[in-house]
Amino acid sequence: MKRIYFDHSATTPVNREVAESMLEYMTEKYGNPSSVHSFGRETRKAVEEAREKVAALINAAPNEIIFTSGGTEGDNLAIKGVAYGNRKKGNHIITTAIEHHAVLHTCEYLEKQGFTVTYLPVDEHAMISMDDLRNAITDKTILISIMFANNEVGTIQPVKEIGQLAKEKGIYFHTDAVQAVGNCPIDVKELNIDLLTMSGHKFHASKGVGALYVRRGVKVEEIQHGGGHERNMRAGTENVPGIVGLGKAAEIARRDMDEKVVFIKGLRDKIIAGITEKIPHIRLNGHPEMRMPGNVNFSFLYIEGESLLLNLDLKGIAASSGSACTSGSLDPSHVLLSMGLSHEVAHGSLRVSLGRGNTEEEVDFFLAVLPEIVERLRSMSPLYGSAADFKPSNPCSSCHHH
Amino acid sequence: MYTDKVMDHFTNPRNVGEIKDAAGVGEVGNAKCGDIMRIYLQVENDIITDVKFKTFGCGAAIATSSMVTEMVKGKTLDEALEISNKAVAEALGGLPPAKMHCSNLAADALHEAIKDYIAKKGK
Repeated sequence: MKRIYFDHSATTPVNREVAESMLEYMTEKYGNPSSVHSFGRETRKAVEEAREKVAALINAAPNEIIFTSGGTEGDNLAIKGVAYGNRKKGNHIITTAIEHHAVLHTCEYLEKQGFTVTYLPVDEHAMISMDDLRNAITDKTILISIMFANNEVGTIQPVKEIGQLAKEKGIYFHTDAVQAVGNCPIDVKELNIDLLTMSGHKFHASKGVGALYVRRGVKVEEIQHGGGHERNMRAGTENVPGIVGLGKAAEIARRDMDEKVVFIKGLRDKIIAGITEKIPHIRLNGHPEMRMPGNVNFSFLYIEGESLLLNLDLKGIAASSGSACTSGSLDPSHVLLSMGLSHEVAHGSLRVSLGRGNTEEEVDFFLAVLPEIVERLRSMSPLYGSAADFKPSNPCSSCHHH
Repeated sequence: MYTDKVMDHFTNPRNVGEIKDAAGVGEVGNAKCGDIMRIYLQVENDIITDVKFKTFGCGAAIATSSMVTEMVKGKTLDEALEISNKAVAEALGGLPPAKMHCSNLAADALHEAIKDYIAKKGK
């Protein structure tokens, strides 16, 4: 059975060119970049070249890039670093209810340390309101941390407006851009971003490496102490192979961005149109226009997400769900609930996230098998049997009832 | 994550559907936790002669519903009342610990259906 991978928001395969670039720095060029001898100097050079490539991807300067172990560390360093580094100025942070747990749990931790946090709500498309953001700002606000694009429903926030507002108010703006970097163009200068988190394995580098962009002049206190690596902002011997791979992946992403975005958007729109046409009682989750090129997220009313995932897996298709049963908690995705979806609708969600390696044929196969699976599960569902009587406890106007 | 038996019942669930004018109907769970199970019974001389189910839920929920219908057919009401959720899970070769709390409601639904039958009969 041919296996189809539709879960690129979870992780991506390492590009072969990237893997090859890394191998050299594990086997032949293995010096510690902090060593003064020639072994050390050659890996230091490789790390600095990678820094240039990563910086170029987001139009930053190389010395504004700090290598990390990935998105979670980047978010922790950005948020705790700004909070601790600017405590004298204020103790208020603004974020959103739909952030990744790397941001939400860091903010919750800081609340226990005496900081106050405002969690902005989102509308039915997972979009924040600029008015809500403006109204949340106080003279104690030191940081706005709002994700670039949501990992579940793909909604892209009004990043440029947020950056402009933060700049006018003299507040630092951090964005968790883990889903966006390498998958859509980003210019940190044009968008007025002060700190930006990225993760290598979301754009074909390896797991365990990422970077935090910190605009020159932003005050960040280090949270990991040790040697003076990464300009004293992130102690620890650099993950040289990972960093070299991250640089290569950034170079490839920059080179292929336009073509990749057009291709993936084409597949995405085909899936959205196909599902809308073939399957009744659905809801497209996320923003209809302001969404990531590779993100599709639907709720299928009357059925549960894990059952859908298992059935797709039996056909060789790997996707994801916001269903509680895939997370080990009773509640479905906090993102879907924050968008106002009822529990029963949120339980039946499916995320398909596309990558450069996917094909039209894979999309056609998916669109051929999905309606049968949905119909079969609905025929088993007590909710569907009495569909006429069933009203989700929090119905949404975007549900398609054919 | 799931045993072969769970996957077998999930992929080919037995006794899916509803019984018109069922002698007893039981429903448990709620949509908030992602599982609703409804079981329909036909009873003759205190013996369960037919049983069907409808389930909204995850793989474990569908598999346990299917399994309980297999276990109960032909049993007396007293024997059926002795079937526990644990027994259903064991008959499936076990369930992941995270699935025990909300997915394993099948025996509860069965017991509700029997109670419904007894209540109706008493009228």
